[in-house]
Amino acid sequence: MPQTIAGRIEEIIAPYLSLEGPAMPTLHAVQAAYGFVPDAAVPVVALALNLSRAEVHGLVSFYHDFRREPAGRTVLRLCRAEACQARGAERVAAHAAAALGVGWHETTPDGAITLEPVFCLGLCAAAPCGTVNERTVARLDEARLDAILEAAR
Amino acid sequence: MRIFVPGDALAASVGADEVAAALRLACPDATIVRNGSRGLAWLEPLVEVETPEGRIGYGPVAAGDVPGLLAAGFLEGGAHPRRVGPPEEHPFLARQTRVTFARCGITDPLSLAEYASLGGLAGLRRVLTMDGPAIIQDLAESGLRGRGGAGFPTGIKWRTVLQAPAHQKYIVCNADEGDSGTFADRMVMEGDPFLLIEGMVIAGIAVGATRGYVYLRSEYPHAIAVVNQAAAIARREGLLGSSVLGSAHAFELEIRVGAGAYVCGEETSLLDSLEGKRGQVRAKPPLPAVAGLFGCPTVVNNVLSLAAVPDILRPGGAAAYQALGIGRSRGTMPVQLAGNVARGGLFEVPFGMTLGELVMDIGGGTATGRPVRAVQVGGPLGAYFPPALFDTPFDYEAFTARDGLIGHGGVTVFDDTVDMARMARFAMEFCATESCGKCTPCRIGSTRGVEVLDQIIAGDTGRLGLLEELCDTMKFGSLCALGGFTPYPVMSAVRHFPEDFRPRLPMAAE
Ligand SMILES: Cc1cc2nc3c(=O)[nH]c(=O)nc-3n(C[C@H](O)[C@H](O)[C@H](O)COP(=O)(O)O)c2cc1C
Ligand code: SF4
Ligand code: FES
Repeated sequence: MPQTIAGRIEEIIAPYLSLEGPAMPTLHAVQAAYGFVPDAAVPVVALALNLSRAEVHGLVSFYHDFRREPAGRTVLRLCRAEACQARGAERVAAHAAAALGVGWHETTPDGAITLEPVFCLGLCAAAPCGTVNERTVARLDEARLDAILEAAR
Repeated sequence: MRIFVPGDALAASVGADEVAAALRLACPDATIVRNGSRGLAWLEPLVEVETPEGRIGYGPVAAGDVPGLLAAGFLEGGAHPRRVGPPEEHPFLARQTRVTFARCGITDPLSLAEYASLGGLAGLRRVLTMDGPAIIQDLAESGLRGRGGAGFPTGIKWRTVLQAPAHQKYIVCNADEGDSGTFADRMVMEGDPFLLIEGMVIAGIAVGATRGYVYLRSEYPHAIAVVNQAAAIARREGLLGSSVLGSAHAFELEIRVGAGAYVCGEETSLLDSLEGKRGQVRAKPPLPAVAGLFGCPTVVNNVLSLAAVPDILRPGGAAAYQALGIGRSRGTMPVQLAGNVARGGLFEVPFGMTLGELVMDIGGGTATGRPVRAVQVGGPLGAYFPPALFDTPFDYEAFTARDGLIGHGGVTVFDDTVDMARMARFAMEFCATESCGKCTPCRIGSTRGVEVLDQIIAGDTGRLGLLEELCDTMKFGSLCALGGFTPYPVMSAVRHFPEDFRPRLPMAAE
């Protein structure tokens, strides 16, 4: 029996509604299930949390982690903060952007890879670094990045 | 036989999981322990084998090195180019005074028994025989100041919460660690999570709070997993719950994950985020200690502040802690050496070591082998210091006197290829991206700052006066330190590296 998207979202967020201050865990749960926060989730979350739709939109737009559209199959995040810059992060990022033909926050046309900036992963003594979906990677250089991109294609 | 392969995020990011898998295959009889990191980052993955002569380290080890290591007899501590020897004898560790990091890298982070056998829970057990004012008296005597950045005396904060009448109080651990160049909170959470939990339970007992939250940044998935597992174990073993270690005290703990906003490290913005709002900074007063989470009296402390507490509360701990350090900076600081540094990692020392000793003697200068040109201390809101200021001792007041700050203890090293005008621009850009938007000097000033720096970089050095005015407006007109301190990296770059703000090309077009 097909379930409506609203019904599915209600199910996803149900475990979090009894928490103190449930909004962030609720939105994280939606994003974990869909990979982004679908527009259809906004009224469902708003109703469940007794917030206005505008307030829920406000949360989604305020926090960098929440996305409103699906990302590529692989999300490559590269650290742009100072310690990584000190070890050539800008050069590595330029290499990635050129190899993929995309800029920050963009996805390759085939939907394979999204390139995103991140500001510090706490790996600053093994810079430059980044993440490939859930995996963290450090001591990056052009060659290591090429291998990562190759595997993600 | 036990082999230690760090499960820490940094080690994992440079291949430790693959090394552990290779060792499991090659040595099916050995127990592979995923310990925390010792903090010798350049040697990660630093694998240690337990031998009759003690633990012998090898690093950095790649999965492909495993057959060669075995052939060299590494299970017996045999010679090999990657052999580091007994880690404790390595100068980088031998020169430290490890208090907060006493166990990190040695134990299995999720073994409560090991934690207790190496000094863990001694503080809490003593606290269970004391009342709130006596606990706080000890804390005040230790001289502990907040390690999150502001350096506010922890004892005074706790006393305010103790004295605030309320039905519900909270302990909130600030684990947002957004500063570039810092990772000590992460290492505690991944390498010795029960230390943080014990510190929070003690805080709860001291001020009369029964609920705690760890606000942990989403950029730390390893730490999130470890702290959640540790909390589950602590609940099962009665360290958390309705009767802490069988006492009349109750303490519940929950881990909440941030969502990528740097400003949520600011304590009031963090509280708004925990409550489920946009993380905007609140005007003070009221202080969180009086009206914090859901309007209740709340202790907000950094991970390192809370992790220092158990040792201070053990018998004789406060006096021992107070005896370390210089001036009004007491105890130890877990300094984090990052960026372009030959020997990066975690170095815990009593306050007072000079910046130059840290960067040159301990850190070994740059990783690239080029001259050190600039060092940013204290994260993205900290000043850039040239080697001429390397005699500055690591001490809150000494850094303030030189228009800098030690913040959360991050030291980021740059070599002579750094372009300081670009770093100044980055500071403004970061502020513009991360501003919570509440006040104009920060929100608009930082965007203007980027434009003005672009003009300066393009050769219009006449704009330097305007840049300084903008910085003054931000410094004195901002509600919090994001807008208020961004002028530190910007103006320190201008002051100490003026040559980078002069025209690079002859201005033929003008
Ligand atoms: C923009 C901004 C970001 C901050 N980020 C952090 C942080 O990531 N971690 C932290 O402990 N304190 C951070 N602070 C400082 C906190 O506001 C607060 O002073 C601290 O959590 C108090 O704990 P402590 O007394 O133990 O240091 C930040 C402050 C500002 C203005
Ligand atoms: S200084 Fe910036 S981040 Fe701080 S309150 Fe003002 S706008 Fe928000
Ligand atoms: S600056 Fe890149 S990981 Fe910290």
